Amino acid sequence: MDLLEYIELVINDYTLRTITLGTAILGAVTGMLGSFAVLRKQSLLGDAISHAALPGIAIAFLLTGAKESNTLLLGALVSGLIGTFWIRGIITKTHLKSDTALGLILSLFFGFGMLLLTFIQKQPNANQAGLDKYLFGQAATLVESDVWLMAIVTGLCLFVLLLFWKEFKILLFDKDYAKTLGFNTKTIDILITSFIVLAIVLGLQTVGVVLMSAMLLAPAAAARQWTNNLSVMVFLAAFFGAFSGVFGTAISATQNNLSTGPVIVIVASVFVMFSFIFSPNRGLLFRQIRFIKNRRDLELHKTLSFMFNIAKTHENISHPHTIKILNNFQGYTKGTLKKLVDKNYVTLNGNMWSLTQEGFETASNLYNQQFKKDE
Amino acid sequence: MSNKIAVQVDDLTVAYNYKPVLWDIDLEIPEGVLMAIVGPNGAGKSTLIKSILGILKPIAGSVSIYGKSYDKQRSLVAYVPQKGSVDWDFPTTALDVVMMGTYGSLGWIKRPGQKQKKAALEALEQVGMLPFKNRQISQLSGGQQQRIFLARALVQDASIYFMDEPFQGVDATTEIAIINILKALRKANKTVIVVHHDLQTVPEYFDWVTFLNVKKIATGPVKDIFNDDNLTKTYGINYKVSIHK
Repeated sequence: MDLLEYIELVINDYTLRTITLGTAILGAVTGMLGSFAVLRKQSLLGDAISHAALPGIAIAFLLTGAKESNTLLLGALVSGLIGTFWIRGIITKTHLKSDTALGLILSLFFGFGMLLLTFIQKQPNANQAGLDKYLFGQAATLVESDVWLMAIVTGLCLFVLLLFWKEFKILLFDKDYAKTLGFNTKTIDILITSFIVLAIVLGLQTVGVVLMSAMLLAPAAAARQWTNNLSVMVFLAAFFGAFSGVFGTAISATQNNLSTGPVIVIVASVFVMFSFIFSPNRGLLFRQIRFIKNRRDLELHKTLSFMFNIAKTHENISHPHTIKILNNFQGYTKGTLKKLVDKNYVTLNGNMWSLTQEGFETASNLYNQQFKKDE
Repeated sequence: MSNKIAVQVDDLTVAYNYKPVLWDIDLEIPEGVLMAIVGPNGAGKSTLIKSILGILKPIAGSVSIYGKSYDKQRSLVAYVPQKGSVDWDFPTTALDVVMMGTYGSLGWIKRPGQKQKKAALEALEQVGMLPFKNRQISQLSGGQQQRIFLARALVQDASIYFMDEPFQGVDATTEIAIINILKALRKANKTVIVVHHDLQTVPEYFDWVTFLNVKKIATGPVKDIFNDDNLTKTYGINYKVSIHK
């Protein structure tokens, strides 16, 4: 199937259209909010929240017997929020570190959720089947109303984000300072966290409890690599998230037996890996290239300044010297000499070299320039 | 220096867990002084500043800024936190960080505009960081980051400045640049309160000093109270290093 055919299919096929839209919106909102989680060094919070949502789903089912997603997700929201506040409580009230608190709540709630899930499955009630889809998610169960709900939450989130942009930024960067300026940091904090919980809960049906945190972190981690500007980062994270949703859905729709949620997460992870390696400023590849280039430049400069120190003892700076003399300088290689010739700093004549006027001037300004750059 | 009291602290007691970090502090800081708070590690110097600024909640005691509570006088106060208290890899520029100094006067929701940007650029100029305005903050040196924090406080255009170790980890050039700015602030009759570690420079930089070690040991003009006796009381060891006056 080629791309055009696939796009036509997305437009015409109700199920595919719903899933594509749903995963795109979900990716956008989790990417956006994930930026905040990553910058606050709360990457694991998302994982804890999504796992903490599981018992809520089970309890909502036990209480109402309903299987429609909105009721179950309401349960997830409640238990997700309870989990979050317990984590905050443990961190502020005890001496435990945040990773311990997160791990504790994650396993406690998830364990309890699994317990309830197995209990429900043993019930002689034909209605129970399908609750376990919340473990790994099942995008195929998305219906139009789910997508609407996601769209509304995303719109709301975007509105709040734009409205309180300055407050969010200062809270993320310097909380104590924000406090002295008179901002109620607790309110901003709760606002961000609530939206993160909401976004996670919305994604449970599609991506599931276990993989949900990747939706939060992967697009944000990838986006951070490409920019040093917070607004660009949030925008890019939303874009990466949405694209992962659309692309992941496309892969799983065109191949047999590929579950959508995990494919989306893998696509997002590919974004992360690609960004880690290929982003121009922070990426591993270009950093390594820059590192090697800097070393080479330095070697070149060192050789040039060595020559400069010899040349300046002569009246005529272009006085020829034997190449052998360069062997006294430890960093000298034939390659650097050739490069110096290419740059027209040095001329060669047989086995003699001499500094050009240009080379002399460059060498005498070498350290001054270096100093200016640093200042 | 005038006779007005800029900051008054009464019976302030602060504790994190069981042991008090600050015990029953009474302190009057006159307007227009350049004051060092000195004391050993764990003496509660940063805690004192943070409690005055309302970042920490004291167990007992009260603080007033020109006779009123901090909440009412917020606009008169600027703060320079310890440089290490934030993540300098945050995706933002030097100018953007300095702009944050205007957020307090803007209040909720309102965005900074041209006026705020102009003020931030002026503050950057003042600390000699204008050429670096668009630099990502992680690519600044420690001294440059400290200057950015100073500029952010300057932009607040306050009457009282609290600074938590502004000389920590900066080179000699930056230290001189910073102290010159602090002295200029004092000249403009601003009150500057600095948590300071280097005892050798106290007489040269400051005209007022507070010795702190959980309790307040002494406070007053440097020329009157900066002596071996108070240093010994504060640091608990016989302080033998002679300090030039």
